[in-house]
Amino acid sequence: MHVAIVGNGVAGFTAALELRRLDPDCRITMISGESTYPYSRPALMYVFMGHMRYQETKPFEDRTWAEQRIELRRAWVTKVDTAAKRLELHEGEPLSYDKLLLATGSHSNTFGWPGQDLPGVQGLYGLMDLKALYDNVQGAKQAVIVGGGLIGVELAEMLHAVGVHVTFLVREASYWSNVLPAEESAMVTRLIRAAGIDLRLNTELAEIHAGPNGRVGWVTTKAGERIDCQLVGLTAGVRPNTQLCEGTPIETGRGILVDRHLETSVDGVYAAGDCAEIVTEGERPRPVGGEPERLRREGEGAPERPPEERARTLLQQVWYTGKAQGQCVAKSILGQPTEYDPGLWYNSAKFFDLEYQTYGFVHAEPQAGETRGWWEHPDGGLGLRIVAEDGAVTGFNAMGLRLRHRVCERWILERRSPAYVLEHLAEAGFDPEFARRHEPAIAAALAPQLGVEVTA
Amino acid sequence: MTPRPLPIAYDFDEEAFGFGAPQGTPESPSAAEAPGAAGYAALGAIALGVLSFAAQLADAPHAGTWIGLLSGLPLAFGAAAVYFWLSYRGTTPGIKHDGIFFGSMTARGTLAWAAGLGLTAFYVVLYWLPSAGRIAKLEAGEGIPSQARVWTLKWTSVLFERGIDSLDPLATLLSGKPADKWFLYGTLYTLAVLAFGVRMLLKYRHNRYQIVRTLSVMVFQLGFAFLIPNLLKAFRYPEYYFTYFWPLKYDYLFPSSVSYLWNTPGGMGVFMVFWGLAATFVATPVLTYFFGKRWYCSWVCGCGGLAETLGDPYRQLSSKSTSAWRIERWLIHGVLVFVVVTTVALWVTRGSKSPVASGLYQWYGFLIGAAFSGVIGVGFYPLMGSRVWCRFGCPMAAILGIFQRCFSRFRITTNGGQCMSCGNCSTYCEMGIDVRAYAEKGENVVRASCVGCGVCAAVCPRGVLKLENGPTHGDRFAGSENPVGTFLDSLTSGPKV
Repeated sequence: MHVAIVGNGVAGFTAALELRRLDPDCRITMISGESTYPYSRPALMYVFMGHMRYQETKPFEDRTWAEQRIELRRAWVTKVDTAAKRLELHEGEPLSYDKLLLATGSHSNTFGWPGQDLPGVQGLYGLMDLKALYDNVQGAKQAVIVGGGLIGVELAEMLHAVGVHVTFLVREASYWSNVLPAEESAMVTRLIRAAGIDLRLNTELAEIHAGPNGRVGWVTTKAGERIDCQLVGLTAGVRPNTQLCEGTPIETGRGILVDRHLETSVDGVYAAGDCAEIVTEGERPRPVGGEPERLRREGEGAPERPPEERARTLLQQVWYTGKAQGQCVAKSILGQPTEYDPGLWYNSAKFFDLEYQTYGFVHAEPQAGETRGWWEHPDGGLGLRIVAEDGAVTGFNAMGLRLRHRVCERWILERRSPAYVLEHLAEAGFDPEFARRHEPAIAAALAPQLGVEVTA
Repeated sequence: MTPRPLPIAYDFDEEAFGFGAPQGTPESPSAAEAPGAAGYAALGAIALGVLSFAAQLADAPHAGTWIGLLSGLPLAFGAAAVYFWLSYRGTTPGIKHDGIFFGSMTARGTLAWAAGLGLTAFYVVLYWLPSAGRIAKLEAGEGIPSQARVWTLKWTSVLFERGIDSLDPLATLLSGKPADKWFLYGTLYTLAVLAFGVRMLLKYRHNRYQIVRTLSVMVFQLGFAFLIPNLLKAFRYPEYYFTYFWPLKYDYLFPSSVSYLWNTPGGMGVFMVFWGLAATFVATPVLTYFFGKRWYCSWVCGCGGLAETLGDPYRQLSSKSTSAWRIERWLIHGVLVFVVVTTVALWVTRGSKSPVASGLYQWYGFLIGAAFSGVIGVGFYPLMGSRVWCRFGCPMAAILGIFQRCFSRFRITTNGGQCMSCGNCSTYCEMGIDVRAYAEKGENVVRASCVGCGVCAAVCPRGVLKLENGPTHGDRFAGSENPVGTFLDSLTSGPKV
């Protein structure tokens, strides 16, 4: 059997390694136009800033792929022929397959802004964008970044590190306020400003204008303000790459539609990672993995959608979900249909010097029936939020504190009470040895907010 | 939304990414953080200290005085510490690695090669410069060497001796004796640990593990590896380093040293013999069981102390390849066998003047004691990273590593699924451990070579790694029920994909 994998991101390469682990005999070809060897996409910023070189971002030594007998093909796939089971490539012979995995990732959202195709305007997703950034940053003194999510703050940090003045346009009243509760959002907002970024809240991009050289010269906001810039970063989320499915029977929605086994509407064709939209319609509220459906959340970057629609499909676009889907889809491809279990949501990020971790469900806005508690260190650089519902803890947000993933997850799944969690908080601590301990202060601050008594 | 066209070609070589700073930006990061007037004053003071020391090598009048001494190396290193403070003062606490792979000094550029050659040359002079008497004989025509060689040797010797003599006031104060070359070496070493220790304290001021650990190596170097050995001399006790043990300080358990200490009048020598035995045979296994080899390698040891301070800017240069790991395992255990064989041979043949045993002693001293630990170990910092000796050569590290791998509570825990494989941990591991390979699988890092510096955990942007002491069995590592067997297997196998 020959499995062709389109895309060598985390979903693609995890599936390839898992296929080899489960089946020593199948032929595996991984095709990518972006890079010869898999690399870690989240590390792009560190390459640009000089923390690492590209070679350090590769999770595996180059020889791994030959040792694992995974053929790597550097090419862009231009057409998928599901009837003939054949891929056409931008150069060279077409490739026939028995099973196909589409792990094509996603690309930066654009919303039809006038001027968005000008030279000097770019997103930040892959190596093509990094190459564009190396080119676009030449001679740039000022940059405008549009869209207040995780990639926006990364790009701001990258440009700031090389001495480019950054104006960061955020549509909302506070940074990433559709995901972060007010206090966390305020903390990050303060930090971005303290770092020297000109963060403009409640500001929307109207138009991108060309300068005299035909490249981007300035932008105007909806309030009519003009901001001069030689580079524009569009970081308003990402959108699945579904282009290869056009003209094929493979059904698409926002992403490539797959069932719980990550198989598309065409037999033998699968999708995983950023590009896959998992249909869960009609299955709700069937629990998967034993925990309630409401404990799931979509990936960062997915546009806001009404709740009734949210229940029907699942679009997860973070590193670990790509990895989990890659592991799952390998089994399905080998004829052991395996349901993808998204597990309890978690995520992490770093905003300049501030680390952020989240476990379970922490909504931006308080939900009906929830109680929420927030502790913040007097110096403003540390914070912890605990959310509870029906006498059980349902979520954690940690700012500048490290929490132990498995402990937080266990407490949420075991429906531990807020009092129990506050009394045992030290068990969830993951800060380095000798770090100052804040558990007593946290417990004292959170107990009244969560309506519990805590014995010291 | 305009449909995004499929990219149909590529016009870059991604393997070249990250080797140079993004080009054409108006202000480089270094320009943005220019040192300012105070910074230039500190740089000037460094230059003044170097000049004052150089003038003493040219036999300036202040040579050999306290003014000369203090205005030389201590001024230069002290001003360096002030410069580090001024540089870090304006930054926010956190990981500051911008431009590491663009810097000439930190990315094997011209400056790094110059520094590597300079350090290597210093060690060659320190270990192998012929004595003044020997050079005088050469000058008199013995063996008919070339004139250029004699001239070079003579002037190197003159400058080296003047450098040593410039420290006489301090050496006399501490030990009651004039300085020798080892006093010059010890002074430079201690000043480097202190000045670059200040840099480390500032760089990691957000991380109390790094602060406590760095203070520890600074105190052990200044107190136990510099002041106390010299004060012992002043009280006519043997010069003894209480923080160096066999087999790193190999001769401490050789018959010659043991009998010398044992026969020293008063109880001090006997105490030193017992101290050395207890350190090697009791403290090493017991402390390693509780804390891992870090209790020594990154908290106490002088070699580790220099690597963690002066060597910190070079930690990213260690090779993470499995072939380097393979070489490491053969080499370091080979050195361990070498020192054990030498020690046993010396004890078995003691009193009989065996040429084999004394030959082993001499070759071990030359190859391992001088060439490997000094010339390569420190001289190659800017080219191969700060822990070349500790990783590939140190027999003490080999023993500590075996205990750490098989019988210790220490491990680096990885935090569930939070790893996103960025590679910062592996990049900044000075021991060349591919930490990411464990972190992305959610496995504990239990490796013989890990010195527990904690930098992988510090640089992780997702809070994935934590140094911990916990139960020796259970989930410490796969195969922890049979630690010795697993360890022996791991000597010849590579990492699992």
